[in-house]
Amino acid sequence: MAECHPVGFQWVMEAKARGAKVIHIDPRFTRTSAHADQHVPIRAGSDIVFLGALIKYILDNEKYFREYVVAYTNAATLVGEDFQDVDEHDGLFSGYDPETGTYDTASWSYAGHADDGEKEESEHSQRERGAGHELGGRGANLESAEVQRDETLQHPQTVFQVLKRHYARYTPELVQEVCGVPPEAFLEVAEAVTSNSGRERTTAWVYSVGWTQHSVGVQYIRGAAIIQLLLGNMGRPGGGILALRGHASIQGSTDIPTLYNLLPGYLPMPKAGEHDDFEAYLDSVRNKDQKGFWTQADAYTVSLLKAWFGQAATAENGYGFDWLPRISGDHGTYRTVLDMLDDKVEGYFLLGQNPAVGSAQGKIQRLAMSHLKWLVVRDLNLIESATFWKDAPEIATGELRTEDIGTEVFFFPAAAHTEKEGTFTQTQRMLQWRHKAIEPEFDRRSELHFIFNLGRIAKQRLAGSTLERDRAIQAMTWDYPVEHGTEEPSGRAILREINGFHLTGERAGELLDGFTDMRADGSTSGGCWIYSGVYAGNVNRAERRTPLQESQWGWAWPMDRRVLYNRASADPQGRPWSERKALVWWDEEQGKWVGHDVPDFQLTKPPGYRPEPGSTGPDALAGDDPFIMQADGKGWLYAPTGLLDGPLPSHYEPHESPVKNALYGQQTNPTRMVYRRKENLSNPSAGEPGAEVFPYVFTTYRLTEHHTAGGMSRWLPYLAELQPEMFAEVSPELAAEQGLEHLGYATIVTARTAIEARVLVTDRMAPLRIGEKTVHQIGLPYHWGQGDQAYVTGDSANDLFVLSLDPNVFIQECKAASCDIQPGRRPTGPALLDYVEEYRRRAGITTETGNRLLTRDDP
Amino acid sequence: MGLKDVLLSWPVYRQLTGDDPLGRGAAAQSQRTADLQPRTATADRVARSVCPYCAVGCGQLVYVKDEKVVQIEGDPDSPVSRGRLCPKGSASEQLVNSPRRQKTVLYRRPHGTEWEELDLDTATRMVADRVLETRERTWQDLDHDGKRVNRTLGFASLGGATLDNE
Amino acid sequence: MSTSFYGPLDPAPDAGWTDAPPRKGFFTDTSICIGCKACEVACKEWNAVPDDGFTLLGSSYDNTGALGASTWRHVAFIEQSPASDVLNRVGDSALTGDRNALGTDTTKVDLGMPSFDLPGMAVGADGRTDFRWLMASDVCKHCTHAGCLDVCPTGALFRTEFGTVVVQDDICNGCGYCVPACPFGVIDRRVGEKGVTKNEGIAQKCTLCYDRIGDGLTPACAKACPTTSIQFGDLDELRERAEQRVEAMHAQGISSARLYGEDPTDGVGGVGAFFLLLDEPEVYGLPPDPVVTTRDLPEMWRKAGLAALAMLAGAVAAFAGGGR
Repeated sequence: MAECHPVGFQWVMEAKARGAKVIHIDPRFTRTSAHADQHVPIRAGSDIVFLGALIKYILDNEKYFREYVVAYTNAATLVGEDFQDVDEHDGLFSGYDPETGTYDTASWSYAGHADDGEKEESEHSQRERGAGHELGGRGANLESAEVQRDETLQHPQTVFQVLKRHYARYTPELVQEVCGVPPEAFLEVAEAVTSNSGRERTTAWVYSVGWTQHSVGVQYIRGAAIIQLLLGNMGRPGGGILALRGHASIQGSTDIPTLYNLLPGYLPMPKAGEHDDFEAYLDSVRNKDQKGFWTQADAYTVSLLKAWFGQAATAENGYGFDWLPRISGDHGTYRTVLDMLDDKVEGYFLLGQNPAVGSAQGKIQRLAMSHLKWLVVRDLNLIESATFWKDAPEIATGELRTEDIGTEVFFFPAAAHTEKEGTFTQTQRMLQWRHKAIEPEFDRRSELHFIFNLGRIAKQRLAGSTLERDRAIQAMTWDYPVEHGTEEPSGRAILREINGFHLTGERAGELLDGFTDMRADGSTSGGCWIYSGVYAGNVNRAERRTPLQESQWGWAWPMDRRVLYNRASADPQGRPWSERKALVWWDEEQGKWVGHDVPDFQLTKPPGYRPEPGSTGPDALAGDDPFIMQADGKGWLYAPTGLLDGPLPSHYEPHESPVKNALYGQQTNPTRMVYRRKENLSNPSAGEPGAEVFPYVFTTYRLTEHHTAGGMSRWLPYLAELQPEMFAEVSPELAAEQGLEHLGYATIVTARTAIEARVLVTDRMAPLRIGEKTVHQIGLPYHWGQGDQAYVTGDSANDLFVLSLDPNVFIQECKAASCDIQPGRRPTGPALLDYVEEYRRRAGITTETGNRLLTRDDP
Repeated sequence: MGLKDVLLSWPVYRQLTGDDPLGRGAAAQSQRTADLQPRTATADRVARSVCPYCAVGCGQLVYVKDEKVVQIEGDPDSPVSRGRLCPKGSASEQLVNSPRRQKTVLYRRPHGTEWEELDLDTATRMVADRVLETRERTWQDLDHDGKRVNRTLGFASLGGATLDNE
Repeated sequence: MSTSFYGPLDPAPDAGWTDAPPRKGFFTDTSICIGCKACEVACKEWNAVPDDGFTLLGSSYDNTGALGASTWRHVAFIEQSPASDVLNRVGDSALTGDRNALGTDTTKVDLGMPSFDLPGMAVGADGRTDFRWLMASDVCKHCTHAGCLDVCPTGALFRTEFGTVVVQDDICNGCGYCVPACPFGVIDRRVGEKGVTKNEGIAQKCTLCYDRIGDGLTPACAKACPTTSIQFGDLDELRERAEQRVEAMHAQGISSARLYGEDPTDGVGGVGAFFLLLDEPEVYGLPPDPVVTTRDLPEMWRKAGLAALAMLAGAVAAFAGGGR
């Protein structure tokens, strides 16, 4: 956090000064570790064992917050008898289908819910469309809000007992064996976390992509969620699981998504064959029989379509739903890049992205671009993705020749953040408005300007078309006012459209107060339901800047709530768990919820409210169901549905690992996405022949001094001079083993390619004892790329990775992989290809290597 | 400045007649030094903005003089950052004023070996042509299973999240 | 006229500033420095200091090396491990301030004998529990008795009303007398391309943002610092705060905490930019006992005066004797 979010880290330093204990768990000793009370070096890719052992510690030592757990989580809920855990199947949960590499999750259901009807969509299909993304704003659907519970937690089928059995093997000794963390260090963490949780105290978990970019990335976060729910740290001040996001508005780019499988507000993209008409879509999006606010998804969807298509969207035409494109499988970024390689894709827009450096499998990225007909790059600087046709590393190796590349490239200079107005949605779910300081000069323009004009031209060209396919573009509202005589469309008008309007009735023309105003009858519009309220009362709340007032600064979705699910900060009777940790509470006199934050609950529903049997939606939420976006109002220790790789996190080794799975025969996540292609070869992992050729673990990360692929840092002398060269961090022990010299060069090799880096020998990297062997880890920052425009250039660490993805959200595994490291510079020119080929030959690598999903003997 | 002023401001005169006989302080101050003003004070206006790098969301004050950004520093009012910035945030004035920042549209024709100049409108129209042509060429009403898909997979977009770079 | 070249005093009034404001300075608390280098960048950006070359130095995460004409804030990184002395063999050369020697020498690195024990079973990992990564942002000290200022023949270096020491680049002629006069090796003449590099050949160093503090603003580095490791203010108040901080740290058992440069009776009369360190000053590349190079100047002048008199006397004598 000190490395990548230094200004955020001031709050950690301040907490520390007040006596907080700071623990840093990371393969490397970083600037964060330097200020932590305890640094725990861990083997990259082993975190689920560490988290699982914490869960076991909490359960065995009865450190859980019992009242919270019983009332607010699904601990007491009974799981169906059909569920079988991984220990019964050598690493597989019940329901695995080796043909498709996916689970039928019916057997994971709650008791009484299981498989009593036809399923709407197979898990294979859900994986194909990365359905996990939809859970960015809510929990997964359940068939019904009715569940069987045993609040004594004794019934063997309670989630609580299932959890106990599942983590029984996750001992401190296993942590040593898998993570390389000595039991004493683990117990110190466990003691600190549990003694700082409860009524009076809370503990926060903070993570970044070091946790998500794994083939089991979603399950890492689930592990932390289970811990936080057991300890009562969710929905309470100082608690939670905080994602520290790396790009200014990356939260915004999932809320109003740049993802192929989402519509704004985490509504799913329609799927061919399953969402053929609007009713089918709505029925699959929200289950009217369950609890909570997601049952209103029809209102959110209709309002969205009204925002897009205006008057053209009517009840009769399903609000234009039929005009939307349908997805039919994986169209994610990596699938699409592979399709480029196969000449299935003609054009590509890069809007502030530099995949030639920043995406995994850099070579595939660059080769793919050479297959395009046209490429549009919008950026501040001439990034490597814009100049690949003349300075890609593949030109040096002879794989590409400038004259042979038929790609037409357009480079548009972008306006900087000071030259356009708008919002960023930041890591706290908070929208902050940026005022424009100056007009952009020369050809520099905002993205808004570019997209707006592209849309205008498209609408003009298609205005006279009678083709059905052009109806969406014809119907699209595209009438944003242009401000101040510039050609820049008004960002405020767009934010108002996102907020939404009353379209009919008394308040017609007024802005919505929030998403609860949205209706499914076409009487309201709104471009993203979770953002509704940001412009309530025609006041741009993202613009609020009351000095040093957290609750009066910007606007956080939903409805300006700063802590989600904050009903959980009070006990079931509505009283704060402790005065010290009071956030919202029930005020009997006023008959409503009050407190220091906007209550994340129906304001006047008393704690003792019990729904009528058979009620659904928000009405079905009891007065002590704090998790209002969950289908049963509870925090899910066990996920009966929604996840494609297991209802509970289970340890699997990374796709490439020199270590055998200590728990069972199944080595890796059996549902991960793999791509078997000659351009995407994998290193053999432990248990496969040739694994010894790639004995080391490497991980990648950012440095404080740089930003992502370097487009905004390597072009700045003041940043470039602070970290001028690509380096590899190694321990003195590894340096001795491989003959690496401090400040000398090293070549790092995988089945994909070899890169070179200067060597930093440092005690900040520690070898780990894993089972009976020593595992060395190598640290590689990923900021550099090969080009001739930046102040500093170098080989890109992302070139080393293979494409293997988490099945829920398609995140690539690029925080843990295996490699070899040798002293000296890498070969140049075509000799580099021979060098890597020789490694492949030695390790016996084929397209099947490492890509076997099932590694246990009998499924 | 009259002769008297010149004499009075002459360091040696000040040194001999003032309280700084060694000439190391007040007497040594040059006029330019005495007239120094920070460019935050001489700016025409200040815009309130947000740092474009990571997602912490530090407040920035953008100082403008003669329609140029002359200084970017932390906004002390921000409850997120309290006026502080990291090295990247502190470098953002260089980000917007960098001499290597591209000013104009560039075009590389198929198989070309060098960039060419192109005006913005022409380039935008050419891109629109490409989009519509590709869409026309690759449009699918139905997929290979006969399901309605109503789409093109013929072009893709990889969008950034700082809206500037990645 | 005061004693002015040695011992405690308030430098601004001593330099002729009547009604001088309270002396301003920096307290750099290195114990909370996170090594982010915001200070380096904010300083360069505000003061338009050019970049200093793109060289990997290998002294931990420090690629700046030392203070100089184009580096007015410098963050040192010190990797300390009782078990291994590998890390700062090269780092040491960075701390002496010799940039030319940096990044070139790999022979000094002793990788030590490889251990055949599994880590965690022998000293390897245990030793690492004592591992420390110290970070410290160095800056011009703005000495009470500033050698650079005392030797400046042009009046380019001057004492401001805030008690700080500032180079006036419109006056400096680049003679370089100040460079060896600094006991901390801070000030230097800017190397660059004539006519291209701003202030090429001119002596440069931290001004404590003279323009900013004159307008009531905080210096750029202190303003940016995410953790308040760099604190700006009235020196008296900073000294008091620092003493309390050290006391509190001692009470927490951090016995290594100590102040550096705050003592008005030291060899430079105390500095305007002082530090809280967690180890000996040498570890951070700071001289343990700095003495103003002009400490003996009055004595030298007296002696020089005597010598001149003697010479004059000799000349007179010679003249007088000429008649013989």
